[in-house]
Amino acid sequence: MSHSALTPGITSGRLSEDDLARNFSDLHPPLDPHEALVAADRCYFCHDAPCITACPTDIDIPLFIRQIATGTPEAAARTILTQNILGGMCARVCPTETLCEQACVRETAEGKPVLIGQLQRYATDTLQAAGTHPFARAPETGKSVAVVGAGPAGLACAHRLAMHGHSVTLFDARPKPGGLNEYGIAAYKTVDGFAEREVDWLLKIGGITLENGKALGPDLSLDTLRDQFDAIFLGIGLGGVNALGLDGEDKTGVLDAVDFISDLRQASDLRALQVGRDVVVIGGGMTAIDAAVQAKLLGALNVTLVYRRGRDRMNASVYEQNLAASKGVRIITNATPRAIHGNGTVREIEFEYTDDALTPTGETVRIPADQVFKAIGQALAGDALPDLDGRKIAITGAGRTSVTGVWAGGDCAAGGDDLTVTAVAEGRDAAEDIHKSLVS
Amino acid sequence: MADLTTNFIGITSPNPFWLASAPPTDKEYNVRRAFEAGWGGVVWKTLGEEGPPVVNVNGPRYGAIWGADRRLLGLNNIELITDRPLQTNLDEMTRVKKDYPDRALIASLMVPVNEDSWKSILDRVLETGCDGVELNFGCPHGMSERGMGSAVGQVPEYVGQVTEWCKKHSNLPVIVKLTPNITDVRKPAQAAKDGGADAVSLINTINSITSVNLDSFAPEPTIDGKGAHGGYCGPAVKPIALNMVAEIARTPSLAGLPISGIGGITTWRDAAEFMSLGAGNVQVCTAAMTYGFKIVQEMISGLSQFMDEKGFTSTDDLVGRAVPNLSDWQHLNLNYVTKARIDQDLCIKCGRCYAACEDTSHQAISMSPERTFEVIDEECVACNLCVNVCPVENCITMEELSPGTTDPRTGKTVQDDYANWTTHPNNPGTCAAE
Repeated sequence: MSHSALTPGITSGRLSEDDLARNFSDLHPPLDPHEALVAADRCYFCHDAPCITACPTDIDIPLFIRQIATGTPEAAARTILTQNILGGMCARVCPTETLCEQACVRETAEGKPVLIGQLQRYATDTLQAAGTHPFARAPETGKSVAVVGAGPAGLACAHRLAMHGHSVTLFDARPKPGGLNEYGIAAYKTVDGFAEREVDWLLKIGGITLENGKALGPDLSLDTLRDQFDAIFLGIGLGGVNALGLDGEDKTGVLDAVDFISDLRQASDLRALQVGRDVVVIGGGMTAIDAAVQAKLLGALNVTLVYRRGRDRMNASVYEQNLAASKGVRIITNATPRAIHGNGTVREIEFEYTDDALTPTGETVRIPADQVFKAIGQALAGDALPDLDGRKIAITGAGRTSVTGVWAGGDCAAGGDDLTVTAVAEGRDAAEDIHKSLVS
Repeated sequence: MADLTTNFIGITSPNPFWLASAPPTDKEYNVRRAFEAGWGGVVWKTLGEEGPPVVNVNGPRYGAIWGADRRLLGLNNIELITDRPLQTNLDEMTRVKKDYPDRALIASLMVPVNEDSWKSILDRVLETGCDGVELNFGCPHGMSERGMGSAVGQVPEYVGQVTEWCKKHSNLPVIVKLTPNITDVRKPAQAAKDGGADAVSLINTINSITSVNLDSFAPEPTIDGKGAHGGYCGPAVKPIALNMVAEIARTPSLAGLPISGIGGITTWRDAAEFMSLGAGNVQVCTAAMTYGFKIVQEMISGLSQFMDEKGFTSTDDLVGRAVPNLSDWQHLNLNYVTKARIDQDLCIKCGRCYAACEDTSHQAISMSPERTFEVIDEECVACNLCVNVCPVENCITMEELSPGTTDPRTGKTVQDDYANWTTHPNNPGTCAAE
């Protein structure tokens, strides 16, 4: 029997294969060569360009766009990848509307920035489609580095270290490398297994041994690693998920949004994936948006995203908020979850309206829910880590931790924006610092 | 709407926009479409002498250069004069002129430099009822290798001689079309005038290679691996054409010689500029080849609106209006002092003015950490480069320093009077006043 959006409860197969294929196709279809030229022609080649300043990895954007405009997208890709080895993924997932494209002088002039993200994708796709890797390793140094975590920070770090001739062992807890690129980003942002292909391409530099299924804690200890390697980089991300702290959080149907997103990314058949009829997502960041939008795209009838503060405080960009709204997600703000109702299985969730300071108003609302996704943030997991700064690993300079010979970067390290591109920058810069310490 | 009716050397047309002798005017079919679209006149594609027609290459005839978004900026061609039988062209011209009596129809001619050839072709074209002839002394490719086109236009004596023959053997108005592939365009213009020409038209196309194919290492357009220079036209040549028109317009011995302006005219504004420099009408080709004949409607509406705004009731009010302001460098006022001014409200902070000035000019623009760009008057020589590279129109302007103020660059007081190089103390050739 086939199901539809109206089918009660959590079920699979709400939409046809065609609808699902359409819903989960590329959010921004790639530019064709003509579109790329037209877009590239709009760049003014600014002096000391504001877009470069706005890019966490300092990509020389005017230069790469000029290289596209003059018919050498491969050279453009090299310009990008020299600064950001995951330039292909960043072209897809960067919130460009708050980074380079916000800074673009044509945004100032006309409210229409140069399509920097899409041009970056055009260049990097062109180069990666050719299957070549543009960088070569320096002669072997005889030094070995353990990189723990094969997410954006770890990959960027490993690549840069390998390029400098060091021998890198790249550990990751999950069965596949890529970290959030592979498990934590909405499927329509990185279609056709791009994350996996990008890692394969990145590893072509050589000198990197990948060991999956090895997590810090159960499988690896910092002390052992310090004995075995000349340096260590921790790019372990945030393995834990924050809890609501409400009674009934263990009811059936109350799930972590990151697991839903991960399952979706790894699903070979979206028809088999289950989603509720009335879905409530709690949170205001990118994870909340990704979960809410994808629940809707999977065929949920009602998807409500509830955030405890005002819309301007949401971590998700305005672009992402609008995307969610355009897909039919209802956004409720200034409402804090108070209770999860239901007999074994969640039936509805109760919120109390609050102001931005979270002052209770006494007014409550109950929203029907057969599936609840928690997306109120992730936390660093594990013990025997270097000293923390708040809830993350404390760092100084280019990722140096309190433990000699151990660096950290990406989401697990204090500071930064929790963006893919920031993680890449931190991994890269830590690698340069490690390199300096190893050869001096 | 201003009346655009133009009388050019006795030939009237409903507007001053003619199609130049070129591929768009090679056939009755095209010319009828042009007249239906509203063109005021047509100079028919150049006719050669009776006999087997010329042949064209069977590969590409055009090469091009482009600006942003592949906007065509310059076109070059290696097409020859009409490759259709003379009689076919004459019959078509006759029919077209009969059906469009109010439009100008001009026969462009190119035959070998002997009197009989010219007499013979003139007799033939007279029967078409055309309004005049244009002598093609301009085509720089192919025909010039056979002693015609620009090979004639580059020798003033030939220009004068052929013009004389044409005036002698025909009562039709004679327009002499000049080549720009010459050092001083005034010389052939003078020869044409002395030979009795009713007008000159200019410019014909410029010797050019548009690009080189970096795979085959052959110039474009490439014919079986080889390329020959072609004739360059389109928006890119307009400044060269304007100058040549101006040179003729401001030369006393050529005063009063009517000019038909040609060279990169794409909009009504281009046409108005040519006319203000002395062109009695204009001829268009590349713009039509790029966008089709319909562009003439914008040219008509734009010129009409402009003339209304200026209070001009006839194109005669416009023609030559800028000629008195043409000057030699030595007579430019050296006491006229300006400084660049950046409108901070319009500035989009791209920094191109800074890069241009800092790297290639006078280090006269400052840049703050917040990307505020300001002119340093102590260094600004008012070169205008910042204005030209700024992507925002009117963001940077040149402001005149009023007399009595001090120029911070020179420390000198700006003088009210006019002074030029001829009287400047640094000029070794200065004549002391006696």
